[in-house]
Amino acid sequence: MNAGALVLVVVQVAVMVVLSPLLVGVMRQVRARMEGRAGAGVLQPWRDLRKLLGKETLQADGTSWVMAAGPVVLLGSSALVCALVPLVGTTTFPLVPDDLFVVVSVLLLGTVALALVGLDAGSAFGGMGSSRHMTIAALVEPTVLVSVYALSIPVGSSALSAIVEARIADPASIASPVSLLALVALSVAVLAETGRMPVDNPSTHLELTMIHEAMVLESSGRDLAWLELGSWLRLGALLGLVGSLLVPWGIAGDVTVPALAVGVLALALKLGVIGAGLAAGEVFLAKLRLFRVPELLAGSFVLAFLAVTASYLVVQG
Amino acid sequence: MTPIQAGLLTQLALAALAVVAAVLTPPRLRARVAGAAVVGLGVAGAVTGAWALGGGQGALRIPVSLPFDPVVLSPDRLGGLFMLVAGLVGAVSASYGISYVRGPAASRTSWSAMAVFLLALQLVPAAADAVSFLLCWELMAVSSTVLLLAEHAHRAAVRSAALWYAVMTHLSFVLLLVGFAVLADAGGGTGFAALSTVPAGSAAASLAFALLVLGFASKAGIVPLHVWLPRAHPEAPSHVSAVMSAAMVKMGVYGAVLVTIRLLPGGPAWWGLLLLAFGAVSAVYGILQASVATDLKRMLAYSTSENVGLMFLALGTGLLLRAQGSAGPADAAIAACLLLVVSHAAFKTTLFLGAGSVLHATGERDLDRLGGLGARMPTTSVAFGIGALGAAALPVTSGFVAEWALLQSLIHGANAQDRLVAVVMPVSVAVVALTAGLALLAFVKAYGIAFLARPRSEGAAAAHESAPGMRVALVLAAASVVVLGLAPGPTYTAVAAAAGLPGPQPVGWWGIDLSAVGALLDPVALTVLAVLLVVPVLVVSVRLARRQPRREVDLPWGCGGVRLSPRMQYTATSYAEPLARVFDDALRPERDVLVTHSAESRYLVERVQFQQHVGDIVEETAYRPGIRFVDRLGLLARRLQNGSIHRYLGYSFVALLAVLVVVSL
Repeated sequence: MNAGALVLVVVQVAVMVVLSPLLVGVMRQVRARMEGRAGAGVLQPWRDLRKLLGKETLQADGTSWVMAAGPVVLLGSSALVCALVPLVGTTTFPLVPDDLFVVVSVLLLGTVALALVGLDAGSAFGGMGSSRHMTIAALVEPTVLVSVYALSIPVGSSALSAIVEARIADPASIASPVSLLALVALSVAVLAETGRMPVDNPSTHLELTMIHEAMVLESSGRDLAWLELGSWLRLGALLGLVGSLLVPWGIAGDVTVPALAVGVLALALKLGVIGAGLAAGEVFLAKLRLFRVPELLAGSFVLAFLAVTASYLVVQG
Repeated sequence: MTPIQAGLLTQLALAALAVVAAVLTPPRLRARVAGAAVVGLGVAGAVTGAWALGGGQGALRIPVSLPFDPVVLSPDRLGGLFMLVAGLVGAVSASYGISYVRGPAASRTSWSAMAVFLLALQLVPAAADAVSFLLCWELMAVSSTVLLLAEHAHRAAVRSAALWYAVMTHLSFVLLLVGFAVLADAGGGTGFAALSTVPAGSAAASLAFALLVLGFASKAGIVPLHVWLPRAHPEAPSHVSAVMSAAMVKMGVYGAVLVTIRLLPGGPAWWGLLLLAFGAVSAVYGILQASVATDLKRMLAYSTSENVGLMFLALGTGLLLRAQGSAGPADAAIAACLLLVVSHAAFKTTLFLGAGSVLHATGERDLDRLGGLGARMPTTSVAFGIGALGAAALPVTSGFVAEWALLQSLIHGANAQDRLVAVVMPVSVAVVALTAGLALLAFVKAYGIAFLARPRSEGAAAAHESAPGMRVALVLAAASVVVLGLAPGPTYTAVAAAAGLPGPQPVGWWGIDLSAVGALLDPVALTVLAVLLVVPVLVVSVRLARRQPRREVDLPWGCGGVRLSPRMQYTATSYAEPLARVFDDALRPERDVLVTHSAESRYLVERVQFQQHVGDIVEETAYRPGIRFVDRLGLLARRLQNGSIHRYLGYSFVALLAVLVVVSL
């Protein structure tokens, strides 16, 4: 199955590289329209990328190789997540199973790269963003892993493709309370990991409140382009993951042209709907105070924990 | 003579040689000659350990005229693993020490103590009876105390740390002595063979288990017996801290594994639960303290507490699951415990040696005063970075593999029939997850603040790369973190053999196949995939760079604000401030803010002084009252002794009378 898996990886990464900027464009456009603005159009993120890649890259005196390597690591980790997560199909390499713990660790590698980029320039804002970013990442971790645990119980494996295949085979399991609790918990974690409302405001430019934007302040040119693309890929992969778990239909079980085409279309549709819904929701939400975020995360952790214990004590017991 | 016997004798001979060299050679040559002998001692230990791990047999019988079973040194596979780890850590650290030591740490006493310490470390896992075990244990405790005291004349903190360490380590010794005595009484002998005849379900076994585990936990730095650790590790010379943290605290883990797997296998479920609870508390508390610590070595010490906590958690999980009949996940958990031991030895050696280079180059241990070392010490920076990745359990390092195995065993351990396990396992997953998350923050802080940005003090600005000898040791240690992370298969086979687990199947490119829980990890394949994905990005980057090279500007943008002073940067304290606020109740930081107003108007601020101190809440609530009580007893006892000869004569007289009365009765 190696050749099939390789084709699938190439397709998934290529599709995500094309779709994620569009996803961000759709989200911004939906938000703009709902707030009564005209918006820049769904292609604006693509235009931004092209512009940034063409610009000169500036680097301040006293910064180190992290400034150049961090963005590449972030982009690489996001691309690897896109390759591992079953977005278009469930075929995997036999030696690289899409183990959720591995996926989470790869994501964290990107998180760390971004945090180090924030610290490298030595400006107060970068440090502030980095510190907040890592605090939230640390507190999200229990929710993520416990909800992974909850999802893995019915199939007895933490491999994502196994989980998704089990859901396609038994659609009733998606609506079970255990699965719903785990998905809600995971969604909150995804919001926090990708810096969306109510944890971080992606469109803010007020220095004292921003998290993600504060870390990329000192980057420019292609560094910034990679950072932006990496973050968008990450958002796309994680939203796609939630989509695959919530609506597993359309995901290709084998690697054939029609199955992949259906998979890609289904992915685009899922991402579009989830992204538009998320953006619409964000219009009505205010950003939480930073020190209220732990309460939100604690709440989502409780849901994940309930999901695990319920699957042992209630459903079968 | 078997190779094991030869290895043990070589170790004894090399240790003696090192002591003689340390005493006789002139100061100019001392570090090189004695250091080389100590390195040889470590290598000999590693070779002997590897041989024992491979199944080699051999015993060194020490003739004594005591009425016990014979005193025998004979490492089994498990002991071999720990001897191998101790030997390698010792050899790397000693070779680092050759160029690192100066002043009191380079004295005759220090080098002799180093040799004795390493010998004792390597012989503890070789002991095959309680007497030799305790002898080596005590030798290890005493020699490490001497090493810790090296700089006592320069810093008062060293004396206090040594006192705490000596007290705690002897408390541990007493507990072990009593524990082994209980077991020897029930088993009818002091040899491990006799001890293991005690049925694990008996009351004597449980009593011995409790005493021994407390003793080992104290050595391993498990909360609440960890108080010596954050004092001793920062104050010892760095190469000694590396051996203490990476090898010596592991002997506590070895002891726990020895008791629960080899001597008393099949213990009741509460043994596992007790270990698991100790481990969980230790892991979370340790890493919380590490995340807010600003002293680099103190932070590493607390992180040791966290890592040992994870090892106890893994061991406890294994025992609990064995007692409840899930053999597969239990085996995976025990293997994870030993993988954690090996990986921690690798990355903690790297980190402590890296911290030593930083201290050597800048004279600073305080993260708030470091910064910008990446450009000044490139090798140290990369090595420390790799160690930090390992400690944060990120792929593809040894720490990641070990934590992955632990998580896999945890999520497959529970089943619906057993409600206790069904509650304990999710809690453990959450604990491991929180620990991993906080470790990430702690090590991003340590690396980012110390090595990136601009120097925050003159010492950091004047830093220089360390001597070649130190760099070689650092690079070796860092390379081991990566190699163990990339090719965990052989390590996994070794630890499975050491713990007597069913033989694992090799998979892929030196990957791990936890077939009992249906999980597989092949870091090399993962890396290959990642590299394939990154190559196009690099190609684009290089092409763009050729068209438009990177340009250096003298000031960062900083949102339009000009940075006047490096003090305006984020520091370690400010980095951990949100976390300290979130965990306010558990950490109880003390803050002092002193605002001086301008003379003209109280609305104008002239200067603000901020001080923060995060104490150890366990020490303050559990130890301080006890220490005060002992102090008061001491004061009372002083009244008996006022220096007057008349009073002492009176005491003698009363004592004599009492004896006569007793005899006449």
